[in-house]
Amino acid sequence: MASSAEMTQEENNWGGGSRPLGARYGKLMMWFFLLSDALTFSGFLTAYGLMRFKFESTWPIAENVFTHFPGLEGDQPLLYVALMTFILIMSSVTMVLAVNAGEKMNRKAVTNWMLWTIIGGLIFVGSQAWEWYHFIIGDSGAVETARQEILHIYNEEGERLSFSQVVHGMEEGHASNHGETFTKAEVLAAMKANEGMYIMEPGKAGVSFTHEASVAMLEAGDVVQGANMIHNEYGQKQFANFFFFITGFHGFHVFSGVVINFIIFYNVLLGTYERRGHYRMVEKVGLYWHFVDLVWVFVFTFFYLV
Amino acid sequence: MSTTSTKNEHFQDHLMEHHHKENFFTKYIFTMDHKMIGKQFLITGMIMGIVGVMMSMLFRLELAYPEQSFPILEFFLGKWAPDGVMDPNMYLALVTIHGTIMVFFVLTAGLSGTFSNLLIPLQIGARDMASGFMNALSYWFFFLSSVVMIASLFVESGPASGGWTVYPPLSALPQAMPGSGTGMTLWLISMTFFIVGSLLGSLNYIVTVINMRTKGMSMTRLPLTIWAFFVTAVLGVLSFPVLLSAALLLMMDRLIGTSFYLSDIFIGGEVLSYSGGSPVLYQHLFWFLGHPEVYIILLPALGISSEVIATNSRKPIFGYRAMVGSILAIAFLSFIVWGHHMFVTGMNPFLGSVFTFTTLLIAIPSAVKAFNYITTLWKGNIQYTPAMLFSIGLVSTFVTGGLTGVILGDSALDINVHDTYFVVAHFHIVMGLSAIFGMFAGVYHWFPKMYGRMMNKSMGYAHFWLTFITAYGVFFPMHFLGMAGLPRRYYSNTAFPMFDNLADINVLITYFAIIGGIAQLIFIFNFFYSIWRGPKASQNPWRANSLEWTTPVEHLHGNWPGDVPIVYRWAYDYSKPGYDEDFVPQNVPLAEGEESGH
Repeated sequence: MASSAEMTQEENNWGGGSRPLGARYGKLMMWFFLLSDALTFSGFLTAYGLMRFKFESTWPIAENVFTHFPGLEGDQPLLYVALMTFILIMSSVTMVLAVNAGEKMNRKAVTNWMLWTIIGGLIFVGSQAWEWYHFIIGDSGAVETARQEILHIYNEEGERLSFSQVVHGMEEGHASNHGETFTKAEVLAAMKANEGMYIMEPGKAGVSFTHEASVAMLEAGDVVQGANMIHNEYGQKQFANFFFFITGFHGFHVFSGVVINFIIFYNVLLGTYERRGHYRMVEKVGLYWHFVDLVWVFVFTFFYLV
Repeated sequence: MSTTSTKNEHFQDHLMEHHHKENFFTKYIFTMDHKMIGKQFLITGMIMGIVGVMMSMLFRLELAYPEQSFPILEFFLGKWAPDGVMDPNMYLALVTIHGTIMVFFVLTAGLSGTFSNLLIPLQIGARDMASGFMNALSYWFFFLSSVVMIASLFVESGPASGGWTVYPPLSALPQAMPGSGTGMTLWLISMTFFIVGSLLGSLNYIVTVINMRTKGMSMTRLPLTIWAFFVTAVLGVLSFPVLLSAALLLMMDRLIGTSFYLSDIFIGGEVLSYSGGSPVLYQHLFWFLGHPEVYIILLPALGISSEVIATNSRKPIFGYRAMVGSILAIAFLSFIVWGHHMFVTGMNPFLGSVFTFTTLLIAIPSAVKAFNYITTLWKGNIQYTPAMLFSIGLVSTFVTGGLTGVILGDSALDINVHDTYFVVAHFHIVMGLSAIFGMFAGVYHWFPKMYGRMMNKSMGYAHFWLTFITAYGVFFPMHFLGMAGLPRRYYSNTAFPMFDNLADINVLITYFAIIGGIAQLIFIFNFFYSIWRGPKASQNPWRANSLEWTTPVEHLHGNWPGDVPIVYRWAYDYSKPGYDEDFVPQNVPLAEGEESGH
């Protein structure tokens, strides 16, 4: 029976009757699922890239958009998102430690590290909500002309003025509006009263309109504060569309990851895997969790860094 | 070996314990047995197919006799055909839903779902799919999506009407046309369920083929059906998620007012707030799925034909490795050709020439396949079973439709016939007919495996010849319509005097379509009659080599009553010298001094 052909078949992993990739079906399915999900994200990020190149000149610069940090005054560009990213990556580390503890059948350590992973995930989702909140209420406010261009208000020294500064005056030293909403009439009246205010395209100092033209443009246009699907004070509204959609879709992944992690955590507490004799489920959800982190690295890079 | 057999015994004990508990629901509805799930896919696919074909007959009637009154239209369409004259909106809806149903529900889920489920475990020597639960879930997502799609036919404002590709802005603005409202929303919901179901199924197929092949079933001994299903599943896993991206962005445009695909639009004099979006972006995302989708439809049919042709020629398949290589090459190329659907979107001519180049490359592996089918048939001892006739029919349509593919793949030529009936002719022949012929071949060939009975041969012949002749009768003349410039998707052409002399061709096509549609009743009758009244099948009625014919006729959860067979040879040892029979099943050990060669 044992012909030479059969011998080579046995040596060959792909010859049947074995697992050629050394992984059980559940883990393989998770890998292929992640491959598939990666293509969904690729679709979104490609679309984002297309829009960004289409509107290169009016695309907001992330450093000027995400400048808040809880408890700190003034400009803290990208500080908070860096912290969120760090926390998410650390939650990946704790996940690795949970998987490792599972391999050693150390239930207590798995419980511990899974808990830290869940906490990290929750902090991340909460931070994302906080970022959204600040993006939605906005910062300084801007003028949207009748032609849907986003322009900012400056003083004679070329300093950007927030609506709060325009209406309440410079002496208050407000860099942002602090959540206060201003009507078009309030801003218009303040601008009319102060001849030293101009409307300019962001980042193009010196190419300002005259005071009279600025007032006329605001009269024909409107004020925008914050960002939503239709208006975006930071510039091109496609930025807001893609920001909400892609970080939202990613946040949905993180949230479902937290829920799945919690279910697994609960099962660890119940001792399900102890009885089963292996912690492979922890490894599988671990794969998903690492994937979600990896996707964030790309989202972070494309939205915040480049 | 010993560990394997103890595992099998445990499995058997497990089965015996649970076998007697089966009732109607566990056996037919919430089954996790791959053979039953395959049948569920087949029956659902057939029902969807009947709906899709009936729709095509209704709009063919309208195209042959534009704006004339037919009471039957009023009977089927009610308020959408007042006094028997079809409403133009309903015409667009019918075309859209016909395309959607045939492409996704019949030829993707119905074809690949049926035969991947039925054949993968049986042909690789596995007890079942890797995850029976996910497999069942895959079917139920498909079922749910079918229900939602059918439900969308009955909404007040009509089903989706923007074409099966649902390009924005028609699909993105609920107020654009009647079918852009609730019907379009339901279409998107249905497709989301469909994508989830397809993903679950594909993951299962891939992992089962990788991990669960029996001892000796190396990748190069797999029947070509399995290779085709495997690669199809990979294509699905890689391309459907991109359709999901496209569909999710579209939903955002519809539901929460983003402008991903919309820019500067007026409707009824009212300015909408959308700006900056790009409808061409949708087309790119859509066709990145859309082109692999063509091969998701076609490859299973080609795989089935490889098996049927080799078995019924009583010859080894010609060029097995070349066949596998061409499946892989087609799969790879299918991801880099999507632009050929978009030559008229204002694409940079240089990019057009790149897509032309990659598209024409597909002709090479396709020609390899066609050549290998013909050389397998060459000097074979051909058994003209109905399955064989349909497979030969597939080779015919694959070549006919492939030739026009060369024309349409070339941007310089495509631009002249883009969106005309020439395109309709091309894709119906190369993809629609080939795939449906492959599906029929599969049903005739594996019916004994599915139901333990034989289908009636004479009815099979009648079904084949009527289908084959009328199919060419419908789609061949469309080439001439297209070259004369007749645009597709138009409700009527009476406003254009230059098309007046084409009216007779349209009438002829409609006659063929109606005869061809009615001919399918023969198949449906044969199918259901044979389930209950067909003659009992023997274990291996076609004297084939692959492992599914080593299982008992009566279905058994776990497939083989004893151990899973061990494989010693490839699936194509037909007419091998040195054997009395003209076939040697894969589980027959090699004779003294015999080389397996695979």
